[in-house]
Amino acid sequence: MATRTRTAKIRVVVAKPGLDGHDRGAKIIARALRDAGMEVIYTGLHQTPEQIVETVIQEDAHAVGLSILSGAHMTLVPRVVALLREQDVHDVLVTVGGTIPADDIPELKALGVSEVFTPGATTQAIVDYIEGAVTR
Amino acid sequence: MRPSDYLMSTQLQSPLDGWAEAYGATPERDTLFTTLSGEPIAPLYTERDVSSEPGLPGEFPFTRGVYPSMYRGRLWTMRQFAGFGTAEETNERFRYLLDHGQTGLSTAFDMPSLMGHDSDSPRSLGEVGREGVAVDTVDDMQTLFQGIDLGDVSVSMTINAPAPIMMAYYVVAAERAGVPPERLAGTIQADILKEYIAQKEWCFPIDPAMRFLGDMIEWCSQEMPRWHPVSISGYHIREAGSTAAQELAFTLKDGLTYVEQAIDRGIPVDAFAPRLSFFFNAQIDFFEEIAKYRAARRIWARELRDTYGAKNPKSWLMRFHTQTAGVSLTAQQPLNNIVRTAIEALAGVLGGTQSLHTNSYDEALALPTEDAVRIALRTQQIIAHETGVANTIDPLGGSYFVESLTDKMEEQAYAYFRKIDELGGMVQAVKDNYPQREIADASFMLQGEIDSGQRVVVGVNKYTEGDNADTPLLRIDPALERKQIDRVQAIRAARDSADVERTLAALKEAAAADTNLMPPLLDAARVHVSEGEIIHALQDVWGSYTETPVY
Repeated sequence: MATRTRTAKIRVVVAKPGLDGHDRGAKIIARALRDAGMEVIYTGLHQTPEQIVETVIQEDAHAVGLSILSGAHMTLVPRVVALLREQDVHDVLVTVGGTIPADDIPELKALGVSEVFTPGATTQAIVDYIEGAVTR
Repeated sequence: MRPSDYLMSTQLQSPLDGWAEAYGATPERDTLFTTLSGEPIAPLYTERDVSSEPGLPGEFPFTRGVYPSMYRGRLWTMRQFAGFGTAEETNERFRYLLDHGQTGLSTAFDMPSLMGHDSDSPRSLGEVGREGVAVDTVDDMQTLFQGIDLGDVSVSMTINAPAPIMMAYYVVAAERAGVPPERLAGTIQADILKEYIAQKEWCFPIDPAMRFLGDMIEWCSQEMPRWHPVSISGYHIREAGSTAAQELAFTLKDGLTYVEQAIDRGIPVDAFAPRLSFFFNAQIDFFEEIAKYRAARRIWARELRDTYGAKNPKSWLMRFHTQTAGVSLTAQQPLNNIVRTAIEALAGVLGGTQSLHTNSYDEALALPTEDAVRIALRTQQIIAHETGVANTIDPLGGSYFVESLTDKMEEQAYAYFRKIDELGGMVQAVKDNYPQREIADASFMLQGEIDSGQRVVVGVNKYTEGDNADTPLLRIDPALERKQIDRVQAIRAARDSADVERTLAALKEAAAADTNLMPPLLDAARVHVSEGEIIHALQDVWGSYTETPVY
């Protein structure tokens, strides 16, 4: 991947993979990140892993947050991570949010997900985490 | 002071002024005295806050209940929603439920079925049979109800954008079992407006989607006298983060829009309105919820009688199903959710619901286990049989607070109606993202209150110690996805492809013209055309839908 243009603002893709329509959390996070001064690209609903990875690359994002409440996270997250690797993208922070059982979190982290936010995480905690963890 | 002077001085100052003075002298707790929806609540309500008599149950405007006897005559229906894996697993669960005395079935479809994708579509990967049952063809529908007398049981199906397809599968499955459409009883959700507003499971742009559902509603009105072809749903609007007043207003306005559409199609209002039913959320703010249901009955009765000229009193009745609020459940200290659900269920009962689904305590973590589902059902049984709340009708009627909140809720709903009318009606308002934006703003505001600690959520932002992390969770066997993919592919291999092409061509022709789509859908169902194939054929004519999200 080409060298990233250094920008002052953190660019974050908030993405909804899969078929479920639960976008309340994704929209709240998108707004909170925007209010915290980041540039937010919200993909909208029903995205395939391919579409999400394409958005991440096109938008030259520092981070991508995947919001999943359908129970399909163990299928969709590995697919997104693998596609990023295939496209030689290694410096984009990947986070996951949603109804993720605690037992699945170690496996997601082993894949390269840097953090998993489960119900009850505050918007400020998510903002702080992304500000601290992105590679700029 | 002589006794008469004393009397004079107390009459000059009303008892209420005296109370207000005493109240003002006492410090208040440092907290938000607002409802969950952010409405300020006064310290005390008296007769001054109530503008009208609530009337009687079973009498216009039905504030106190739609029936004269309510739960003295018959308890609400305890209807738990179920579905997972393939049609075979769900059929087993259905038969188990019927064997244990349940009289109605409620079908949850999986995400691919809700979105119109076949199980073997790449879009369905990882989601087949996960949040409900996978139904790809009429053969799955037949398996789903194998061994169940469809002329005897009432069946509810929660599906919207592709509802006419599932309706056709259901009618053909019954036809194969020798049960004609006029004997089928039940409900199909088929509330497409709330999909664009909140639930977000769509297949087509709004106008053809409205026409598609309208065709089904019209056909059911003529052919299926025991069927409820639409269940107007606020549940998902609330789950998406709306306030109680928004849930009330948007849902009723959606319902009135369907009434207008039916009238425009030439269906007399009284031939159609008695078959409408509603579906509301029960959130944790107890009195606000009760006021919402009471206001809904009153508004619906008035609008149907006075605005739409319905003469049949059955057309005026706002009958509703209630589900406790999924979003109120916390992943932290999940056993606390049993308490939340009980209080929410009680609000539904005191609000006069006709049927109720109680959520299970583990649903912020995964689909519920059987043990968790049983506790949820027991919660309803405890309310029904132990608490005594079903002994009298509308026990909160006449409460200054509840009556005042009901009036307030009604005012707020009419304010939204006016705003939506100014925008050109509900369909236009939805296209303009108006309700979507109102909901996003409300949910963001509430999240801010929770994040800042102003609004306490027990176990989440206060009293957080002692999380019981070892909750047993239901795991769906990933092999079921493979099994369902094999089923649909075996059906494709065995059917006559000329029949498939012929019926799909007829369907496209009807979609491009203005003829009712139900007859060609039934023909397609009979020759094993899959849901995804039908959706793709219709999308060729109508296009698909992409939302411009607002947040």
